[in-house]
Amino acid sequence: MEQRQIVINHKKYRFNPGSTILEVAAENNIRIPTLCHLKDASPTGTCRVCVVEIDGLPELATACNTHAQDKMFVLTESARVIESRKETIRKFLASGNHNCSIGTNQERDWSLFQAKVLTDDGAEELCPAWGDCRLQDLAYQYQVQGGTSAKKPVNYPMETVNPLIIRDFSRCILCGRCIQACNEIQVNKAIRLGNQDTDPKVIAGSDVPLKDSDCVFCGECVQACPVGALVEKKSRYQWRPWDSEKVRTTCPYCGVGCQLNLHVRDKRIVKVTGVEDGSPNKGRLCVKGRFGFDFIYSDERLKTPLIRDKDRFREASWDEALDLVSSKFIEIINQSGPDALAGVSCARSINEDSYQMQKLFRAVFKTNNIDHCART
Amino acid sequence: MTNSFSEFSKARMFLVIGSNMTEAHPVAATFVKNAVQNGAKLIVIDPRRHRLVNFATRHLPLKVGSDIALLNSIMHVLIRENLYDQEFVSTRCTGFEALSEKVGEYPPERASEICGIEAGIIRETARELASVKPVMVCYTLGITEHTCGKNNVMTVANLQMLLGNMGMEYGGVNPLRGQNNVQGACDMGALPNVYPGYQKVDDPAARKKFETAWGVTGMSDKPGLMIPEMMHGLTNGRVRGFYIFGENLANTEPDMNKVAHELKSAEFIVCQDIFETETTRFAHVILPAAAWSENDGTFTNSERRVSRVRTASPPPGVAKPNWWIFREIAKRFGHDWKADSGKEIWDTEISMLAPNLGGIKYHRIQEDGLQWPCPTENHPGTPFLHRSGNFTCGLGRFSPADWTPPAEVPDEEYPLVLSTGRRLYHYHTRTQTGRCEGLNDLLGEETADISLADASRMSIEHGERIQVKSRRGAVCVKANVTPEVPEGMVWMAFHFNEGNANWLTNAAFDPFTLTAEYKACAVRLERM
Ligand code: SF4
Ligand code: SF4
Ligand code: SF4
Repeated sequence: MEQRQIVINHKKYRFNPGSTILEVAAENNIRIPTLCHLKDASPTGTCRVCVVEIDGLPELATACNTHAQDKMFVLTESARVIESRKETIRKFLASGNHNCSIGTNQERDWSLFQAKVLTDDGAEELCPAWGDCRLQDLAYQYQVQGGTSAKKPVNYPMETVNPLIIRDFSRCILCGRCIQACNEIQVNKAIRLGNQDTDPKVIAGSDVPLKDSDCVFCGECVQACPVGALVEKKSRYQWRPWDSEKVRTTCPYCGVGCQLNLHVRDKRIVKVTGVEDGSPNKGRLCVKGRFGFDFIYSDERLKTPLIRDKDRFREASWDEALDLVSSKFIEIINQSGPDALAGVSCARSINEDSYQMQKLFRAVFKTNNIDHCART
Repeated sequence: MTNSFSEFSKARMFLVIGSNMTEAHPVAATFVKNAVQNGAKLIVIDPRRHRLVNFATRHLPLKVGSDIALLNSIMHVLIRENLYDQEFVSTRCTGFEALSEKVGEYPPERASEICGIEAGIIRETARELASVKPVMVCYTLGITEHTCGKNNVMTVANLQMLLGNMGMEYGGVNPLRGQNNVQGACDMGALPNVYPGYQKVDDPAARKKFETAWGVTGMSDKPGLMIPEMMHGLTNGRVRGFYIFGENLANTEPDMNKVAHELKSAEFIVCQDIFETETTRFAHVILPAAAWSENDGTFTNSERRVSRVRTASPPPGVAKPNWWIFREIAKRFGHDWKADSGKEIWDTEISMLAPNLGGIKYHRIQEDGLQWPCPTENHPGTPFLHRSGNFTCGLGRFSPADWTPPAEVPDEEYPLVLSTGRRLYHYHTRTQTGRCEGLNDLLGEETADISLADASRMSIEHGERIQVKSRRGAVCVKANVTPEVPEGMVWMAFHFNEGNANWLTNAAFDPFTLTAEYKACAVRLERM
């Protein structure tokens, strides 16, 4: 077979036909920054952060959707490329309420801006995505400062009417990732780009709140949003990446068994995201997996053993409760044999619990009267 | 599942039967939708026009409980028109003659009368299924929750063997499990007839093996009772002590009045749970358990993948891990169980006793889980079963079955069929999702989903409160008039105590699995 070679930053690499420049670079550990690019979705080249210089082409090209070609000569960090990326990032930062720490070493301008944003947000905190924002990362990497140019007025108010997701258009950079997440990954087709000619905006249905649209609150769009434009209501301001740890676990709801990252702060789950590339869900979650974690903190949890006392229950110690259970079970076994006991295990609890319960019935009580809701 | 979720997005054709995947298994559905966007075909067999139907190449809205008639008829066409996989059938399967004879009784014209799908469409569907190889079949409780549940399951398997779609990637028979760890609870032997790893309690060698491992003698050789038998036993004193771990039987079992009566008759009930529920009301002792995220362990998903569950928070009050509670009771019977953590229980007991899990150890599943069978520590796990048609018991056996109607069918007094299931925003009886901020706001009460035709015939408005009555009970709910539901059907869930469909459902069971017929009973609607 004819060998195809591309030259990136003066080094030669072979590649499979059909690969994009971004893919060839990634395979060879050359990092080209991206922003709008979403894994498993079709590349769009919208944000222009991944631009590279190709010998012989007058314009810079977007690496995510330009195919590698034989004898192509590519520079990924040339002066022109870097200047272009800086300008792109500057433009994004100037486009909305990006009040993270990026601008903090600015003078008065930034303070005024900050005051205005806090009013817009109705909050005392910096952007909820601060510390977990791709745009902020890029701004640090390319040393671009925000808060230097005039802000556009915010034309669309924040959407807070649904119980789970806050849509803050003042921070939307129109990268399109949420739209791809909704249409190409989850295929819920709830949102799209609207008002394209006048003042573009990501819209649901005929520009209605998410709760009145086809949205099923999977939150894939939130996970995809690189900035603070989409955030979980439950997690907003509850969480910064540096004060929480990630704990990988398995979803407690359906039989798909999605892999979750629990973001845990002070021993409390504050946010849940899908484990990128984890099997079986490849980062995807549904509404229950993403937003159904806080039941464990309910005030109504059982906190102590309870023993029936006529029509009510009274609190008891473990010893008292377990002694009562054991003595009653022993009495029943002695009078009526072990098969007068029966147990139902739990199809939601961990394997180790079910194992232990059937062992208790079989090895200790000596009955096989153990079942669970296997068929529901 | 014989196959894996990772195969979904590359499959070429799906047959989804009795599975409302976008609501019950939403992430699995995303992979099916991805495949369809990449050109795969999707055939949906379901009485309801649920969301996945929007992506289907073909939707067969069969009558509730007529699956066997329809599938037998499809097989009838496959055999008559010589469209089945003769090579696979002759080399890998037995019992073809009997199957051929049985499905011979289901020409499309006859099946059509039973299932309500036109004969011509049955023929086209059969041809379509034979046109692509392999076809991946997925099903859920729409297949199992019938009095003919076991026969339904076997009939689906018959179809896939006839098409030669077993033992390969992108094919197979794939039941999506309703609850996160049903697969695991079965694997662990929380079943009356098998020990962990499906070793039979009436096999003396297996019994000996477990007696030795557990250091005891005199274990029972008699398979135990299944849940409906236990419940019945409460009323006649055959079962005197009942230990309910984490199940809200009062709301999840059919015919809630009957269940309440049974639980009320019990002499001594122990409930171990994380919340008070409708069921704990009947308890004599309630033991507070640690919840998900409050202790370490494993779940096994539908594709047989054992994945880790980890601790994030401490349990409230003095609540304890379930395994610890069982161990404490054993101690009071004079048994000293060594293992003192989820990891120890798994690594030193479960994986040593269940051969298919032998190679799975905690240190191997720190990130992605492993799919059993995984017999040894250098085994990579098994994404799909029966590779190249090697069935566990030698040849694949066709088990032909006849169609039987649901135990209760509509009549003049109760002219509609009630079918039940789950909705997206909640899970079972909401002991969990009902306490999650936001989820209750998205769906705060039960509704009865009815068709436009029935609504207009009875002049019921969308959102109007109506009564749904069966021979067992009545509930008051809002009508949800929707094109998803066909004429003659009422569809409800069991998430709310008030308006719970299980006040209405019929406690009729499959004679083999004792699975209840949640998917079909007769009801009538009344305006208030
Ligand atoms: S939550 Fe899910 S369905 Fe709703 S807009 Fe976001 S991606 Fe789409
Ligand atoms: S909401 Fe977020 S993901 Fe969507 S276009 Fe705006 S910035 Fe991009
Ligand atoms: S996130 Fe949704 S689809 Fe995934 S396991 Fe949990 S409930 Fe199932």
